[in-house]
Amino acid sequence: MADLSGLLRGAAAGERLALARLLTAIENDAPGLRNLLPALFAAGHGGHLVGITGPPGSGKSTLVNALTDEWRRRGRRIGIVAVDPSSPYTGGAIMGDRIRMMGHAADRDVFMRSMASRGELGGIAAATWMAAAALDAAGYDPILIETVGAGQSEVEIARLAETTVVVEVPEMGDEVQAIKAGLLEVADVLVVNKGDRPGADLAARHLRAMLSTAGGRVGRTPPPILLTTATSGEGVGPLVDAIEAHRAEARSADAVRERAGRQVQRALADLAVRRAARDPAWAATLQSVAYRELDPITAAERLLGEDG
Amino acid sequence: MDDPRPTPIRVLIAKPGLDGHDRGAKVLARGLRDEGFEVIYTGLRQTPEMIVDAAEQEDVDVIGMSILSGAHMALLPRVVELSRSRGLDDVLIAAGGIIPDADVAKLKAAGIAEVFGPGTSIGQIAGYFREHARRRA
Repeated sequence: MADLSGLLRGAAAGERLALARLLTAIENDAPGLRNLLPALFAAGHGGHLVGITGPPGSGKSTLVNALTDEWRRRGRRIGIVAVDPSSPYTGGAIMGDRIRMMGHAADRDVFMRSMASRGELGGIAAATWMAAAALDAAGYDPILIETVGAGQSEVEIARLAETTVVVEVPEMGDEVQAIKAGLLEVADVLVVNKGDRPGADLAARHLRAMLSTAGGRVGRTPPPILLTTATSGEGVGPLVDAIEAHRAEARSADAVRERAGRQVQRALADLAVRRAARDPAWAATLQSVAYRELDPITAAERLLGEDG
Repeated sequence: MDDPRPTPIRVLIAKPGLDGHDRGAKVLARGLRDEGFEVIYTGLRQTPEMIVDAAEQEDVDVIGMSILSGAHMALLPRVVELSRSRGLDDVLIAAGGIIPDADVAKLKAAGIAEVFGPGTSIGQIAGYFREHARRRA
């Protein structure tokens, strides 16, 4: 593998191949990556990190394409990480997000990378934040992260992104769906896509009514709810306005501290797992849990050296 | 936790030119996924520039092109040329589809590593990619 600091320098200088190879090193957790992290983190330009999530088939990829159209009209350079699921059986993946992005295929100011989730839960690959940092170092702004079609419990993207856009469709369900906790709760901006379908206005109205009263967003204002038709571009201008308007809110001292807390929590959990897995007692401890001789919490405490 | 699997090989599957038939490309994409590859499928009607741009951003190990239109002699060597000019020197470039035997030798001379004709099994293609794609550290 090439020298990683060289790749970072090349990426920061606008070399696309260097950026692409840096992203590969990140995905593969290449040797030496750990030592690059401080420089990678420091090299960012403060690009707006925007997560796009929502159920499969809600039109996330098409919407990312429409957002890219709009941001290009506004003279911005856009970095995109599109995450698709890996097969839990073979580790293989099919990533088709470029199909919707053909209009930008030859545009040098759009950089898109497809990433397989490689078994990571929560809809975004473990390496996603580092990939976003690499795009930030290369000067892209905004940086869009499109997650795998997420379900209600997959709110991992909100940990990472400054602005989380949740994409729904008119057929999302009745009012009760809107007041369940989970995906809708993490939305900073809520989109009802496929706005040309019957019932789209009604779905947006239901969401608005539910989230303004019983949205379960304690201490937070309800998100703006926008109607878009990604295939025609209808409503995409106002959506970009709403995302940009959220940028300031996302950078308040409180919001920045809260996000940092979530990210460090996540890093701590990963580190604890990696460290525990190196413990010679790892296999035996797992076996004790499997045979119900030990409960999982006690097992975790032992592996972290916290007997007692 | 340590993943016992090796790093997946990344393959771009593209349909260059103007033919509108991608059943074969999709079957191959699906088959390679089942063989443990990470497959980026770009869809129909790709120019050589679009294919190489995508291969660069995705940093793929293999470019596989499916072509049935008869325009292979115009399009495929151009992909090789552009790839090399962008510094994608170690990317394996292969093709499949309806390509006359007489053209296969010319394509290989132009830098297409292998040409897979009708009747090739997905296992054969996967095996070839595993054997010839670059290995990463």
